[in-house]
Amino acid sequence: MTDLTRLSAAQLADALTAREVSSAEVTRAHLDRIEATDDKLHAFLHVSADDALATAGDVDQRRASGEELHPLAGVPIAVKDVVVTKGIPTTAGSKILEGWVPPYDATLVERIRAARLPILGKTNMDEFAMGSSTEHSAFGNTRNPWDLERIPGGSGGGSAAAVAAFEAPLAIGTDTGGSIRQPGAVTGTVGVKPTYGGVSRYGLIAMASSLDQAGPVTRTVLDAALLHELIGGHDPRDSTSIPEPLPSLVAAAREGATGDLKGLRVGVVKELSGDGYQADVSARFAESLDVLRALGADVVEVSCPHFDYALAAYYLIMPSEASSNLAKFDGMRFGLRVEPSEGPVTAERVMAATRGAGFGDEVKRRIILGTYALSAGYYDAYYGSAQKVRTLIQRDFADAFAQADVLVSPTAPTTAFKFGEKLDDPLAMYLNDVATIPANLAGVPGMSVPNGLSADGLPVGFQILAPAKADDRMYRVGAALEAAHEQSWGAPLLTRAPELS
Amino acid sequence: MHVGLEPGRRADGPPTGRASRPTRLALMSTISRDEVARVAALARIDLRPEEVDRLAGELDVIVESIARVREVATPDVPATSHPLPMTNVFREDVPQPALPVDDVLAAAPEAMDGRFAVPQILGEE
Repeated sequence: MTDLTRLSAAQLADALTAREVSSAEVTRAHLDRIEATDDKLHAFLHVSADDALATAGDVDQRRASGEELHPLAGVPIAVKDVVVTKGIPTTAGSKILEGWVPPYDATLVERIRAARLPILGKTNMDEFAMGSSTEHSAFGNTRNPWDLERIPGGSGGGSAAAVAAFEAPLAIGTDTGGSIRQPGAVTGTVGVKPTYGGVSRYGLIAMASSLDQAGPVTRTVLDAALLHELIGGHDPRDSTSIPEPLPSLVAAAREGATGDLKGLRVGVVKELSGDGYQADVSARFAESLDVLRALGADVVEVSCPHFDYALAAYYLIMPSEASSNLAKFDGMRFGLRVEPSEGPVTAERVMAATRGAGFGDEVKRRIILGTYALSAGYYDAYYGSAQKVRTLIQRDFADAFAQADVLVSPTAPTTAFKFGEKLDDPLAMYLNDVATIPANLAGVPGMSVPNGLSADGLPVGFQILAPAKADDRMYRVGAALEAAHEQSWGAPLLTRAPELS
Repeated sequence: MHVGLEPGRRADGPPTGRASRPTRLALMSTISRDEVARVAALARIDLRPEEVDRLAGELDVIVESIARVREVATPDVPATSHPLPMTNVFREDVPQPALPVDDVLAAAPEAMDGRFAVPQILGEE
């Protein structure tokens, strides 16, 4: 019998529609896989088995009665713990929210539930999505399925590891500076950050509101397109949500998989290469450029000179917005409340004691940085100047997209590093996001697709960037590259990952 | 002031250029322990003394970031606050159902009479 956990979401959807398998069987298979492997991986913070099996049973009943269902109905999914789920605990990886059960669903969760995808549980992450390794989770590390001594990326290490280890065919991630794409790169999975405003932010526990964006975490480009179309589109509860309909992403992925990229202009971003990029990462990237040429694409070099300033601008904007967003954790309405050990018990002192006890080191660091940058007298010089860099980066993108239909780079400068290697050096940790941050600052969409292995057998990612609202272009290119790679490798990259159980 | 930028000063001086960066950084002293404690109070976070010490050493990143950004953030460049150009978004003023009070209060640290119960707002004096 086929191992149901090895099938893609699209394959599962077909098998379910053809009634070859039931959603109860598919969901049970994934829960069993979680049971067998998650002791080693720790991709999940909470497994909602009863909830998932109830949804699966309901889907099977509806299908049996001939009801018309969403194509993904009955295909299980994991959700990053920064997205609120009614009735399912949500912590954002923080002690300050430990035990919190949200009274409402994020819009994207409402859409998942309306389409009847069983929710397997909530995935581990850096606390409040602040990190690139998932080592900043208050609840322990998630391990990389390719090498259990290495990081799965971050902040969405749990979602990427769950999908890479066949614990879930689909997962939700969020990406503020690369938190979907960099974990995708280091775990050999597909990760997509949609155009800013392409997926509703309502019900995401915000880090930096002008940068945050939720998106799909999957094993194939087609699966990402299917999930993106499900969760995307306008939401009146998010005033930054894009009113026009999404481009046709599934069709673009299917077209790309035919392997014809004739006439497509691919721009290689000069600034996202060279020093700091591991030799293996650069070598796999160069090989993939040859693949794209062989598929008919015109590969040209483009320059985005202000990308060199993106990291500095990001580390002014992100903490500023985070310090403001995290002010809501005051110990009054939800989550932890801690009383001061001495002195009067006033609301202000309770707030300070709660935040001192409930936030981890990296969260405190970023709140202090952001409060400093926004404090009286500094706002214009700090936050205001960083916003000027956003303009310059947007102009670079506009110039580059006048010369190329998509832009490409390695997703992350290195393969997965070992636990603890960068924990004491925040700047080294931040450098992981050097290639992914420009897209967040400009709001353009980005995708990471598996791009082979390094000499020591660790996954490498290939990043594709498209103009705002042209997410379909990266699906076309991603699917074309994926199909060509799998043809030359003989199988998907993840078939080469070590067995866990 | 112990950072390289006076409070209230706009970052509108001439671009410094990359070559001058190391010199400028060398002129900037680190953010002091007192400054960290002041900002932590503004942010309403109780820090232990060892946390204040550690953060004082780590906040230089912001001084370095601003030095880097000022190389190109010249007065002629407009600021972008939002990734996509958008104007105000309006909707019809129609009443919507709110979350059930009991559901919301179930997640609160303390509740009383259908409301959040909170510590006293002001101190004794």
